[in-house]
Amino acid sequence: MQTINSPAAWFSRLSPGRRRFLLAFTGGILATSGGKAAPADADPWPALAGQIFPGKTLQDGSALLAIDAPYRAEDAAVVPVTLRTILPADDHRQVRSITLVIDANPSPLAAVFTLAPGSGIDRIATRVRVDDYTNIHAVAELSDGTLWAAARFVKASGGCSAPALKPVAGDIPIGTLRFRLFPAGEDGRREAQVMVRHPNYSGMQMDQISRLYIPADFVQTLTVRQGDDLLLTIAGGISISENPSFRFSFRPNGGKSFRVEGADSTGKRFSGTFPVDSAA
Amino acid sequence: MICCLATVLLKCILYQRGRAAFAVVVTLALAGCLPARAQDTRLTIVKIADGIYVHFGNVALTTPGNAGDIANLGIVVGHDAVAVIDTGGSVAVGKALLAAVRGVTALPLRYVINTHEHPDHVFGNAALAGPGVTFVGHHNLPASLRAHGPFYLHSFRPALGDAAIGQVRLIPPALLVDGSKELDLGGRKLLLTAWPPAHSDCDLTVLDEQAHFLFAGDLVFLDHVPVIDGSLNGWLSLLPRLAALPADRVLPGHGQRIAPWPQALDDERRYLLSIQADARRMIAAGTPLAEAVPFIGRSERGRWQLFDDYNPRNATAAFSELEWE
Repeated sequence: MQTINSPAAWFSRLSPGRRRFLLAFTGGILATSGGKAAPADADPWPALAGQIFPGKTLQDGSALLAIDAPYRAEDAAVVPVTLRTILPADDHRQVRSITLVIDANPSPLAAVFTLAPGSGIDRIATRVRVDDYTNIHAVAELSDGTLWAAARFVKASGGCSAPALKPVAGDIPIGTLRFRLFPAGEDGRREAQVMVRHPNYSGMQMDQISRLYIPADFVQTLTVRQGDDLLLTIAGGISISENPSFRFSFRPNGGKSFRVEGADSTGKRFSGTFPVDSAA
Repeated sequence: MICCLATVLLKCILYQRGRAAFAVVVTLALAGCLPARAQDTRLTIVKIADGIYVHFGNVALTTPGNAGDIANLGIVVGHDAVAVIDTGGSVAVGKALLAAVRGVTALPLRYVINTHEHPDHVFGNAALAGPGVTFVGHHNLPASLRAHGPFYLHSFRPALGDAAIGQVRLIPPALLVDGSKELDLGGRKLLLTAWPPAHSDCDLTVLDEQAHFLFAGDLVFLDHVPVIDGSLNGWLSLLPRLAALPADRVLPGHGQRIAPWPQALDDERRYLLSIQADARRMIAAGTPLAEAVPFIGRSERGRWQLFDDYNPRNATAAFSELEWE
């Protein structure tokens, strides 16, 4: 048996069903396979880390990886989170993947971002649902296979904004893609934003009358290519907000267009090609 | 273990400066129903017109101290029966509302109308349930309560306390309004109108056609900053239709005063337009959500109570919605 030495690779080699299960129900596995239930206030992270990165050592990545998020989540349904990697200039390792985990959510594993070699991605912003007071963890996997974890605490504000299941206003079809390019920064990188019109139903809500769970329907994979080159692959879970948005830095390669392809957990596929000129 | 003692005090006060209109004020003290720290729940109602009473909730966030008494409530008494509009943010407030009804009439309570799904308007429902009582709401309200109710029960536990949350039952409406529906209380008709997403996904207004008095629910905010949990553009596009309702006065969902109609919409319209313009400008400039939020609606700061509590989330919701225009 070959060893799976990277979470991204491990993740990509799982069967689609197993991947879907992990992204949707990580918390459920913990709850059912952990034997005696842990106290509600116990830190879920050690068990989560062991489950998502089995047999791996996570080092303190606070110098390599930053998580920007509001301390108080104003809108529990849409909490902006930005992941930044800050490798020293003389460090020639690259970031291979970043795993985003929202510890206290029903489905903690929010997303796995796989960064193509040479993509120059050092910043990824998305929006997540936060159900409770929770730590958010990001784990960067470097090209030497080492794993580095950083954490940030977020306080869900409660209030009337429930984190899920708002009806999609208007008549924009599910799976509609939007793509924007933003001006170049000083270091030559640009930023792009991919948006997917999608309710990203969690499947965790129980119908209080029928006692049945509403089936999950969420954006599961997205790939972004710049010209012919793969730029970014995203495996998403149900903790990503409705109408998922991903904004990331990258190094332009001269490609004339971007290609975005995605699929949701029901098998629906969507794609779009966006010329550089028209996307700005 | 716990007994509830209700004392009803009746007194007359002068209502509405400059007018010789007298109102009956019913102050109801509920002692012993809540944990000691929650103090007494007092519910004061004001007579607005013959058969119409309102309660002004606190302009505040829910705390154990106010037991979720933060939304305005209404009582309408016909010749045959009574309707209440919203039930407050806890069963204690709902009980106090029922006691207030009993303080003004012995007629049966026939309808409990929920203007939308938010906890401060529906958590008191259980106190008013009983034989002959029909719950009424927007046709989307059952689905909204199913989808969001468990989250509300979880997220309001710290604000209300375990005992108060333990009493709450999410009671969906049995009588659904799609479009409009008339309820007859005997010699008094209420016109209920269900609206498309605006403040929430399930906003319902109640118009007393005889008194030209509108119970707007949270489609109208006065003094308390508006809260966007449905659709900003939907709300703005609704304002002209709301303004056309044949009312003279309105009880807002939040804000401790009765206001003339449709002038009562002016502040809210200005706020919503400001949020819309700021968010559109930020989106066009390519400003990321997290950086844009502090700048959205900033000119309205100082004009509203609870601005810092709700404006950032309004800004977030507006940005997320308008990004897809």
